[in-house]
Amino acid sequence: MKWETVIGLEIHAQLATKSKAFSAAATKYGAEPNTQACAVDIALPGVLPVFNKQAARMAVKFGLAIGAHINHRSVFARKNYFYPDLPKGYQISQYELPIVAQGKLTIELDGVEKVIGITRAHLEEDAGKSLHEDFHGMTGIDLNRAGTPLLEIVSEPDMRSAKEAVAYLKKIHELVRYLEICDGNMQEGSFRCDANVSVRPLGETKLGTRAELKNINSFRFVEKAIDYEIERQIDLLEGGGKVVQETRLYDSDQNLTRPMRSKEEANDYRYFPDPDLPPLVLDAAFIKDVERTLPELPAAKRARFIKDYGLSAYDAGVLTATREMADYYEQAVKAAGADPKIVANWVTGELSSCLNRDNKEIGQSPVSAAMLAGLLARIADNTVSGKLAKEVFEVMWQGLGDADAVIDKKGLKQITDGAAIEKVVDAIIAQSPKQLEQYRAGKETLFGFFVGQVMKATQGKANPAQVNELLKKKLAP
Amino acid sequence: MSLQPTQASLGELAQALANKTISSVELTSLFLERCERLNPQLNAFITLDREKTLAQARSADARLAAGESGPLLGIPLAYKDIFCMRGWLTTCGSKMLANFVAPYDATVIEKFNTAGSVCLGKTNMDEFAMGSSNETSYYGAVKNPWDTTAVPGGSSGGSAAAVAARLAPAATGTDTGGSIRQPAALTNLTGLKPSYGRVSRYGMIAFASSLDQGGPMARTAEDAALLLNVMAGFDARDSTSVEAPVPDYTQTLNGDIKGLRIGLPKEYFSEGLTKDVAQAVEAAIGEYKKLGAQVVEVSLPNSQLAIPCYYVLAPAEASSNLSRFDGVRYGYRAPEYTDLLDMYCKTRAQGFGPEVKRRIMIGTYALSAGYYDAYYLKALKLRRLIAQDFQAAFEKCDVIMGPTSPSTAFKIGAKSDDPVAMYLSDIYTISVNLAGLPGMSIPAGFDPAGLPVGLQLIGKYFDEPRLLNVAHRYQQVTDWHHRTPKGFE
Repeated sequence: MKWETVIGLEIHAQLATKSKAFSAAATKYGAEPNTQACAVDIALPGVLPVFNKQAARMAVKFGLAIGAHINHRSVFARKNYFYPDLPKGYQISQYELPIVAQGKLTIELDGVEKVIGITRAHLEEDAGKSLHEDFHGMTGIDLNRAGTPLLEIVSEPDMRSAKEAVAYLKKIHELVRYLEICDGNMQEGSFRCDANVSVRPLGETKLGTRAELKNINSFRFVEKAIDYEIERQIDLLEGGGKVVQETRLYDSDQNLTRPMRSKEEANDYRYFPDPDLPPLVLDAAFIKDVERTLPELPAAKRARFIKDYGLSAYDAGVLTATREMADYYEQAVKAAGADPKIVANWVTGELSSCLNRDNKEIGQSPVSAAMLAGLLARIADNTVSGKLAKEVFEVMWQGLGDADAVIDKKGLKQITDGAAIEKVVDAIIAQSPKQLEQYRAGKETLFGFFVGQVMKATQGKANPAQVNELLKKKLAP
Repeated sequence: MSLQPTQASLGELAQALANKTISSVELTSLFLERCERLNPQLNAFITLDREKTLAQARSADARLAAGESGPLLGIPLAYKDIFCMRGWLTTCGSKMLANFVAPYDATVIEKFNTAGSVCLGKTNMDEFAMGSSNETSYYGAVKNPWDTTAVPGGSSGGSAAAVAARLAPAATGTDTGGSIRQPAALTNLTGLKPSYGRVSRYGMIAFASSLDQGGPMARTAEDAALLLNVMAGFDARDSTSVEAPVPDYTQTLNGDIKGLRIGLPKEYFSEGLTKDVAQAVEAAIGEYKKLGAQVVEVSLPNSQLAIPCYYVLAPAEASSNLSRFDGVRYGYRAPEYTDLLDMYCKTRAQGFGPEVKRRIMIGTYALSAGYYDAYYLKALKLRRLIAQDFQAAFEKCDVIMGPTSPSTAFKIGAKSDDPVAMYLSDIYTISVNLAGLPGMSIPAGFDPAGLPVGLQLIGKYFDEPRLLNVAHRYQQVTDWHHRTPKGFE
């Protein structure tokens, strides 16, 4: 039998607000346990939540970016369950009326575009963390994360393969970072994903029973976990078994999923509107105001790069992968006044490989866009050859100054003095009578030998064009 | 005339403090001494802490000596043990919080501290404010100073008993379904539940968030106005508090009430109301007529649904509000348990009393999948209808009057095995909370057994000035509010 996979994702993006969703405590990652948890976060008797409107701005920003409906009135609800790292015994979330509803996002896979529906995106608060190590059989509770605002982005079950799911996840990841509403750091847990996976016979329209996969916190694991789960479900069904609706944890060490709890015994969360918080009412002016802060979105930017800079779709894709990368590129283009394609080559080539090698983000690049532009200008005005420029770049990367300083210090300035080059050319020809004879006899491949000799004699600094021209003239019979 | 602190009004006490007739330490000591001597008879206080109290009095004296003045500067007050107060045990009448020393001040406490009031002690209350008799307290029942075999009402029974017995000049209470007004009625006090949103709930341990309001419990409307002046106001820490200016409630006390239209809801004068209470209330209405008020009949057709509506909504909210008492971070934790679930179960089984457990179960049930629509949503709809009834009634009148409680104080133990009978004690007060309106109870006479009767005044939203005015005018022509229970003069 042929099977079809159906996947929907629930993504939790931690909103990059300075303070928590319902208290004034800071949200910075990595602080000493329980140093960023105020009276509200630890749910002392009598405390009350006050909503951080900054989180609403960010949610609206996201909603506008996916062409969604923004609910002018959304309602905070309590999701009740007991857990030691959930101090109030309930999580403030949105249930019946989320802030964002019905958006969509276009993904591209192997050159084919597909629209993925986004059912809703709602605001909620994060829980704290339970720490099981180093407590001698007891559990430690760190409430620093408790109350951090999250945007839960729920997709339609529109994806049909693990690859599609990853493409969608990456697209959302790119988008939230573009919008500067989430730092996207998956290791620190500020961007997390659960996947609902089911299979059904191809052609069937009814959905199969799904499993919810948790603990898949890298793009690679998402793909592997889903692929494992698809196979498990198909094996089960083909063996005459039934898929049970349950939550399964992905074990990345063994690359398998195992049941965590089944929905039958799952909590009844007893959602009801939070009486401590009035409905969140956003007027048209607020939404307009947020709209004004929307940056150019990745797809639009990509199209513009292709059109304005004459870049290939591939280069435009690489250069717009993050907003920082795109900004860097455009700054360099503007400052350099150079051919945008050459700038693109440098950014996707030399710069990117250095970033990768040293595991740095573009924001941490020791060579700023202005510095790169400075180097490109020196190539354009023949101060330095393209080949030596790479050496200059490497030195600049070590933080030893801008292009001019490096060229000067290292004596890498290109020799463009015609007389000086001619002198070297004459000397080389004089030293190589045999090769000269062979060349003139028709062995034209020896031209390269002469170029090489001249470059070697000038430590690569002679202007290659001038060298070529002179050699052609002098070698001619 | 020499000052008699236990009989003096807050205004007279402030005057004496300003004149240096008495110091705050002297005044406070006098009341503290009464508390220490008489509290064993009443059990009105959970915590008395002489040192902390006198430290506050000394700092008030320093402010007075520096030339500062203020209507509550140096005046000792009793606070219901539901308000968090930094450094003070704050129990909410529960074993669950019997070890909880609050690390912060409730907004109301902060305001009193700023005003220079002195905390005499934290008063006893029904556990988590759930009760109408003060018998559900982990710290034992409070006795009514008018008859120490009777209840003082609840849940602010400790505050009521303390003020009625002159252990404190005035006190704070909270009212979710009648917890200020009903004990005020049962102990001959003036108690005001402000409009929802008028007084910050921050730091006031939540019972039912959409209904809870703190308010003053005092001997007179004038004293209540002075307290409300301090308590009321917008608080950025409480998203349900209302951003509206606070008038000086003492300025409008003397307004003429000629032509005042008093609405009498016919539903409040039907079966269930005892004869003694009905007579006293009717006599009070007669007094108002003499003052030039007119009486119109109004109807609150859905008022009989207030109790079922309330007993879905309040427990639903409470079941969630009380989830934080889980033994993890503070408060009681069972001494022995096998695992996490066992710790939760034993902690909550041992830490909460039976009435609290009953309400948690009712509320949990009402919010459960499959029952939510039939109970919670239905109750929300009823709540809207009840509020609309009041709106319609207020088109015909300026203030609504009726009994506060169907009967005078009942005996301790009389209703403790019959929760529904107990719930009916609040039949006239609950709908006011559901509608978010201000309500008051003022002394309106006594039954033949010598137990006080309260008259309830219900106002339009944010119309506290009028309620206080109407109460004050009555108190100028009557002296019920001056009567003191025997043995506590």
